[in-house]
Amino acid sequence: MSSTARGQTPSQTVGPYFTMRLSGEGENVLTTPETVGERIRVEGRVFDGDRRHIEDALVELWQADSSGRYHHPADDRTDVPLDPAFSGFGRCASDFQTGAYSFLTIRPGPVPHPNGGMQAPHLSLTIQARGMLNPTFTRVYFADEEAANAADPVLQSVPLARRSTLIAERVENTDSSVPTYRFDIRYQGDDETAFFDV
Amino acid sequence: MTQIYAPRAHEDHPPFLYSDYKSTVKRSPSHDLISIVQTLTETTGPGPAWVDLSDDDADLTTNAGTGGEAIGQRSIITGRVLDEDGNPLPDTLVEIWQANACGRYMHWRETAFPAPLDPNFLGVGQCRTTDDGEYRFLTVKPGPYPWGNHPNAWRPAHIHFSLLGPSIATRLVTQMYFPDDPLFALDPIFQSVPEHGRDRLIATYDHSVTVENWALGYRWDIVLRGMAVTA
Repeated sequence: MSSTARGQTPSQTVGPYFTMRLSGEGENVLTTPETVGERIRVEGRVFDGDRRHIEDALVELWQADSSGRYHHPADDRTDVPLDPAFSGFGRCASDFQTGAYSFLTIRPGPVPHPNGGMQAPHLSLTIQARGMLNPTFTRVYFADEEAANAADPVLQSVPLARRSTLIAERVENTDSSVPTYRFDIRYQGDDETAFFDV
Repeated sequence: MTQIYAPRAHEDHPPFLYSDYKSTVKRSPSHDLISIVQTLTETTGPGPAWVDLSDDDADLTTNAGTGGEAIGQRSIITGRVLDEDGNPLPDTLVEIWQANACGRYMHWRETAFPAPLDPNFLGVGQCRTTDDGEYRFLTVKPGPYPWGNHPNAWRPAHIHFSLLGPSIATRLVTQMYFPDDPLFALDPIFQSVPEHGRDRLIATYDHSVTVENWALGYRWDIVLRGMAVTA
């Protein structure tokens, strides 16, 4: 590092009042009428170590567009089209009464892995809350992408017993007009969600 | 394959479990984090492209839109967002939220503390860093406030900062504190930071930022993860 090197600013909790700023109305809807791709809904609940719902979690979603391109300068692939009507980011505060969160988005395309091959379609989730001094990072994979999941280097790096915590299952939701996937987020215990050191 | 970003410096951040801050006990992961080779998913992020829908801005003393001004010590909070090598990080979305000068948040869950609300102060703001990585807010200095962690617990005055910087890997939410707060030693959230990193959360009074007959000036630089060293 250069002589101007300095240390990372430490993380602190978002606390109980982040909804003043960080998850406004509509921020969990990533689609507009112009967005390209198959609409899906991703929903779930956030639970603590006693499996009580976390009533004040901030869930942030980041994903590629339907072609697998990220809306970001570091994804400079010119052979993959960029959907200008899709930012790829959303955020949602969990429900105070139930711990539920949801996103309306599109099914992402596959994204290359730097060691070669393609990653299975996935979403990146960042979770923060009162009582969390650091963010936790996880990924959502889709149960109906079995072949792609089996070849995904990140998913395969997760111990077998914990891999299922990263798979969103297709569920029936009569309130939803689009395919709906369920992805719960759990802290502690044998079925704790796998979290990554990104 | 080499990593794009330098590792998250866990030794500079609080632990997940810090039992003096009681809510961490049931809300911290119990398994080790799983290391990952950074892919485009981690090395991209919403910072540069995402536009927040809210219409507030960087002047918290007037952005309630009432035509009135917030009550409190008018304060300019400015600084630069940098990476670990000192490079400025432009286009970072900086969002802040805070209590008012009495220590009261404009939030429906804040009901226990009988301090007055200020109708002219929402306590939220946003801006983007310039090409030099600079951000700047005009606000009022927040008051300390009590919370339920332990008997007679009070948080030092602080402003919450959220930074959507270059990538998912650099995501940071933190809190900025004011110099010489007597509550530092008593606050488990502040104390959760390893001792060598605590000063990094405290703004410096800067008389060159202070505006005569108007507002006090504070400077606080924020350092996000840098790029990995390539041999």
